[in-house]
Amino acid sequence: MNITDYGWLGKLSWDSIVFSDLISNFSVSAAVGSTAGAIVIFATVATLALLTWFKVWGTLWSEWLTSTDHKRIGIMYIVFALVMMTRGLLEGMVMRAQQAAAPDGFLYADHFAQLFSTHGTIMIFFVAVPFVVGLVNLVMPLQIGARDVAFPVLNQISLAVTVAAGMLLMVSLVVGEFSTGGWSAYPPYTGGDFNPGVGPDYWVWAIVFSGAGTTLTGINFTVTILKCRAVGMNFFRMPMFCWTVLCSSILMIFAMPPLSVAALMLGFDRYLDFHFFTNDLGGNMMNYANLFWLFGHPEVYLLVLPAYGVFSEVFSTYSAKRLYGYKSLVFATMSIAVLSFTVWLHHFFTMGQSPTINIVFGIATMLIAVPTGVKVYDWMATMYRGRIRFTTPMIYSIGFLILFVIGGLSGVILANPTVDFQVHNTLFLVAHFHNVLIPGVLFGMLAGYNYWFPKAFGFRLDERLGKWSAYLWIIGFMLTFFPLYGAGLLGMPRRSFSYMDLAFKPYMVVAFIGAMVVLCALISLVLQLLVSLRDRKKNRVPVGDPWDGRSLEWSIPAPAPSYNFAELPRVTDRDEFTEAKEQGRAYQPPKIYRDIEIPKNNPLGFLLCVLSGILMFALVWYMWWLALLSALAIIIVVIASTFRWDSEQIIPASQVQQDTERWLALVNNTEPVGRDLENTPQNNGYAKLEH
Amino acid sequence: MDGNSSALNKGLGESPGAIHKDPDVVIFGFWVFMMSDLIFFGVVFAIYITMIGATAGGPGPRELFDFGSLFAQTMFLLTSSLTVGIATITMKHQRSQGSFLFWVVVTLLFGLGFLTLELLDFSDMAAKGGTPQRSGYLSGFFGLVPLHGLHVSFGCLWMLVMIAQVLAVGMTDLVKLRFLRLALFWHFLDLIWIGIFSVVYFGGWVYG
Repeated sequence: MNITDYGWLGKLSWDSIVFSDLISNFSVSAAVGSTAGAIVIFATVATLALLTWFKVWGTLWSEWLTSTDHKRIGIMYIVFALVMMTRGLLEGMVMRAQQAAAPDGFLYADHFAQLFSTHGTIMIFFVAVPFVVGLVNLVMPLQIGARDVAFPVLNQISLAVTVAAGMLLMVSLVVGEFSTGGWSAYPPYTGGDFNPGVGPDYWVWAIVFSGAGTTLTGINFTVTILKCRAVGMNFFRMPMFCWTVLCSSILMIFAMPPLSVAALMLGFDRYLDFHFFTNDLGGNMMNYANLFWLFGHPEVYLLVLPAYGVFSEVFSTYSAKRLYGYKSLVFATMSIAVLSFTVWLHHFFTMGQSPTINIVFGIATMLIAVPTGVKVYDWMATMYRGRIRFTTPMIYSIGFLILFVIGGLSGVILANPTVDFQVHNTLFLVAHFHNVLIPGVLFGMLAGYNYWFPKAFGFRLDERLGKWSAYLWIIGFMLTFFPLYGAGLLGMPRRSFSYMDLAFKPYMVVAFIGAMVVLCALISLVLQLLVSLRDRKKNRVPVGDPWDGRSLEWSIPAPAPSYNFAELPRVTDRDEFTEAKEQGRAYQPPKIYRDIEIPKNNPLGFLLCVLSGILMFALVWYMWWLALLSALAIIIVVIASTFRWDSEQIIPASQVQQDTERWLALVNNTEPVGRDLENTPQNNGYAKLEH
Repeated sequence: MDGNSSALNKGLGESPGAIHKDPDVVIFGFWVFMMSDLIFFGVVFAIYITMIGATAGGPGPRELFDFGSLFAQTMFLLTSSLTVGIATITMKHQRSQGSFLFWVVVTLLFGLGFLTLELLDFSDMAAKGGTPQRSGYLSGFFGLVPLHGLHVSFGCLWMLVMIAQVLAVGMTDLVKLRFLRLALFWHFLDLIWIGIFSVVYFGGWVYG
């Protein structure tokens, strides 16, 4: 059928709705799919109803959806990441159940393939990326002493397109089906000849739009760090987290374009019958493999570097020590960023290169272990003879240290092409990358979430449930993924919806139990948030420094005011706030109060979110009129927004003075609290000098 | 104070308003964007190069390229880079708004002329059987050259918006700053075109 042959609704019909399958042809597999679809619909309706019930639409619009404040945008990113993580994790759970039940599973092969495709796509692009970007948004401008990122509206737009793409994935649960080609979507399988359905189209547009958002974020963060640092903060005075963000942002700028190109070319093959990656007429799928992994390998460092940054902050703060080997950590981070572009071929050692090429890439891959090892030693040395507090972020960080080394070592094993030929495409690989991504990225993000939550909201998270959650994540992770190493070595292929060899079964059963523990970890994470919300009055830390922090973000009230700093700081030391506290320079009023200009609220991001969502949906379903309309609307909205001349608002000096004086009075009336009491209600965020 | 932050101080000022409107930050941000766009183009160039020879029995460069038209396109684009430069200079020396607009319109016309010739070229190619659906080589070609054309169209749209803004509010700092970025973008597209001419057309002719 020609692409112009579709009517108003394009390919859309009654049969596209997920429930139609359940009605016409009942099966457990269809029931699972329908339940997922029903959850999406129910959750959407319930959210809308609750928002209406509590009459918070106005607040939501003026304080959040139109906000250009980097802290709010960061929080929205993280909320989005947590919602998507819930879905991704539940999908993982269903897959573990299927493999534990095999050979008598309950899912159709096709359904299982959709699960692993969405699970991978979601966890990378809509959990890891937005969690990292959200945390960076929240923290980085505060750490470098800036009032916002360099381009606040651009920041809003990045969030908008990322969320729209994530919503598209949610829609795919209800309308139509998702790709069955895995998160890497290799053609020609995902091409039009073999996969004429809408599945790969959902993947293509979600990747193109979220990729654009991430590229813009990378530009924004890079410019912010290079151009907006406070006076006196030279590069070697930046907190380690900012260094990792800088490297990660540079990776975003260079690594996202190959992915966008690959996805768009796949789209051209599918929509317009081009021959980039087809089997016939000169297409070459190896180009896709190269493009995808030219992005894909830097991507994992793009994610894990900011997590390294979080661990650096956490180890240093909770050991009450200066970070050990700061410069070596900086150089290690930079080396990793550069080396990450030299190893992509190890993702397809088995796809026909000469042994010489494989060896070159194998050695480059092993080399990355060196700077990473440097980091591990630096972190351990930071703890050495420090006054360590075993708080929630520390539990995540120590769990990371041990587990990540195991994951890294299994990576070094895989880097050897001869070994890779044996375990390629088995669960050994699945175990490896979960072993680096969960303890590396996820633990890092969760540690950062616990660590910086008080700065964002003004109260601490519940420590007891936090610890429960951390231990459950660690145990659940080990139970789920260590058996996969074994099953992989036995030869169990990845992505199998069933198997005949019962030798795999015990491993799968243990992994399933582990998945249940991970589910408990997620539940305790949600409980922690709910309990903390209940106890928020008791756990307030308004002075803003609950952990005896070392960098600038702890020198201002919690939650931080919209303008961040009453007076932009002048930096003289790497651990600026610790120095200030020790020299008695902390908590001083500015010499002079000035008017502060911050960007006004802007509806552009929200409009682009809605319009790009419609555009993607229309493209997936071949509704050309709607695609054209929404594309035109996007152009018009963007042009119209350039005619807003007064995009800044002034916060008068008197307001700044009032806020600051009230806060300073609070500081004077607050009892400083020692580290032994930091997780008790006595902690109001005023740290006692103890060393 | 440290050496490398002294340059920043100028831009930082004491209030964030100075940050957002600081030309230094804005222009630098645009350079970084172009760097990312350059990677985008670079990757598509690489794909084109790997696709040379993958004509699958269909027409190749020697059957399809019309160097007469290409010469005219190149001249149009290079001249437009000159005229956009003149527009920037009139802006810098605060000549009349009229002369500025004149040079912007001239640039726009050259841009539109380039696009017209390019589209005519594509339809000629199609008439000779050179459509992107024919072969991997032609997919590579039509992935790259129209991508540049799309950028030029975007630049033309941007110019129209700039003309409207100058007429609406005059040559304000914000308008000037936007035009500076447009001029950078336009020069950047010239650079890409030189790459396209050398690699796609000339390289295709030699190695195709």
